[in-house]
Amino acid sequence: MNNVSVYCELEEGKIADVSFELLSKGRTLANQLNCKLEAYLFGHKLDGFEKELAPYGVDILYKADDAHLSPYTTLPHTSVMVGLFKENKPQVALMGATTIGRDLGPRVSSALGSGLTADCTELEIGEHEEKKEKKIYNNLLYQIRPAFGGNIIATIINPDCRPQMATVREGVMKKVIYDLKHKCEVVNVDAKKYFDETDFAVKIIERHIEESKINIKNSPVIVSGGFGVGSKENFQLLHRLANLLGGEVGATRAAVDAGFVEHERQVGQTGVTVRPKVYIACGISGQIQHLAGMQESSIIISINNDANAPINKIANYVINGKVENVVPKMIKYFKENSK
Amino acid sequence: MNAFKIIVLAKQVPDTRNVGKDAMKADGTVNRAVLPAIFNPEDLHALEQALRIKDQFPESIITLLTMGPVRAAEILREGFYRGADDGILLTDRAFAGSDTLATSYSLSCAIKKIKDFDIIICGRQAIDGDTAQVGPQVAEKLHIPQITYCEEIQAIDKKKITVKRRLERGVEVVECALPVLITVNNSAPHCRPRNAKRLMKFKHATTMSKHQETGGDYLATENANTHLSIKEWGISNIDCEHAQLGLAGSPTKVKKVDNIVFQSKESKRIDDFDEDISLLMKELIDSHIIG
Repeated sequence: MNNVSVYCELEEGKIADVSFELLSKGRTLANQLNCKLEAYLFGHKLDGFEKELAPYGVDILYKADDAHLSPYTTLPHTSVMVGLFKENKPQVALMGATTIGRDLGPRVSSALGSGLTADCTELEIGEHEEKKEKKIYNNLLYQIRPAFGGNIIATIINPDCRPQMATVREGVMKKVIYDLKHKCEVVNVDAKKYFDETDFAVKIIERHIEESKINIKNSPVIVSGGFGVGSKENFQLLHRLANLLGGEVGATRAAVDAGFVEHERQVGQTGVTVRPKVYIACGISGQIQHLAGMQESSIIISINNDANAPINKIANYVINGKVENVVPKMIKYFKENSK
Repeated sequence: MNAFKIIVLAKQVPDTRNVGKDAMKADGTVNRAVLPAIFNPEDLHALEQALRIKDQFPESIITLLTMGPVRAAEILREGFYRGADDGILLTDRAFAGSDTLATSYSLSCAIKKIKDFDIIICGRQAIDGDTAQVGPQVAEKLHIPQITYCEEIQAIDKKKITVKRRLERGVEVVECALPVLITVNNSAPHCRPRNAKRLMKFKHATTMSKHQETGGDYLATENANTHLSIKEWGISNIDCEHAQLGLAGSPTKVKKVDNIVFQSKESKRIDDFDEDISLLMKELIDSHIIG
């Protein structure tokens, strides 16, 4: 009761990275709240997963093993989760902001009448005073996310509803082993008890999994462009520089929406969070949603003809100039001088 | 012949893709006045999916439902121009401050009033919040299945619908009996353009309150040209529990909003002269940051 819970997502039989990241964050929150960390794993043939999960500080693993739970479909997972949440009453429920988490989370939150905050970039514990009612709430989950418009960060709370639910994108939290010898209690759940016959309305008739060819998350160098780069053709310059430096091309949402690059390259709150050695921002003004996804880069180089672009404030190097002039010069120097 | 009753959920949103420099006021709040209000892009993709069903089964009826201020009627007109048959604006001060759950509740009450439907289609998410929650929450409130991330409705008959979903790492084809709620991805086809004849026909379509405001004779309009009026529903028109509406019905609260002040780094500023860039590149290579 009153614990921190994390929904652990399976991707083709493996636990998703985002779930480990959330368990790491969940462990920190549970320590602050002085409660236990629960993991929820639903699928089929789940033997042995507790060994993978325990080192991240999981105290109790609720395991629902049933053929109906794999591959994922919305309603059976919702029924099991809603049923278990009604019994276990966790105070916090975290899940990945993935195609699964964003399908399941709102359905569960609606069934429980509980609030859900999408795409949080930070989670903290804090208090809240409701001045009108002179009521003080302790140990609330602060769900922090950049909000509409660019320069604001909103802190969202659910004072009265439990669980306090939040989704977080992959890469936002850090995956940290808590204790290799951590003891994890396993509770085997009888999923059938929670199913309703209408839960099997949606049938998967074909699945075709393709690994994305583009993966910028682990690239040491990212050359990223904004709407200001101007066209798909101009992005070729960025591709050339990225290739030379052994990196990948990233982009802002505006550049992706304009069709200059694939959406897998979008860096920011609703895209990928990256921490490369070098982030070269070409013609990027620096909306907070974008900065949220790259501000922890070791070295940030901003190329911009607007000397007052917000991104320049967090850049280590600012090159005042046009992308189409500066990037070719960088390419030229690098070709001539690299070993 | 088959015909389907389709409800398309749409939202009018500020165009956050075209945020200019004057979008933020000096005090750090959003200057909504300068942002154009548009038809949420993915909801247009959703409308296109509905129109494709109607292409195939012309007797089908598409009802566009939106919740928002009176000016949100603009997107209903936009929907008429592109082929929607009916438009309902759900508007009331009592809805103000709704989070996704209160919004979903209000929409589901309006849908219960419409009552007769086979399919509900909406965009995956709105560009002003990106939460992607309202679709699944409406489905849950109506106790019907949901199919999210739809890229294409491949087949439909009275018994079932077949939908191709675009996921992070691949595609999935699913089928489901009706009724069902479908959320449409941005990878789905764009909406067809406005139809000139429909534009002429519907450009003066207004809500009753707007019509009265401009001093029109609403009785005449109501009787003579029903296609010129947009249905306007407030809380008295739908069966709902007031405690679940608006701010009071929203479990999530905004505790605070902060302006971002980034810790300015000691940044090194250079110009785009050849020598300056060469020096920078040399420094980066020498310190093994690149190369």
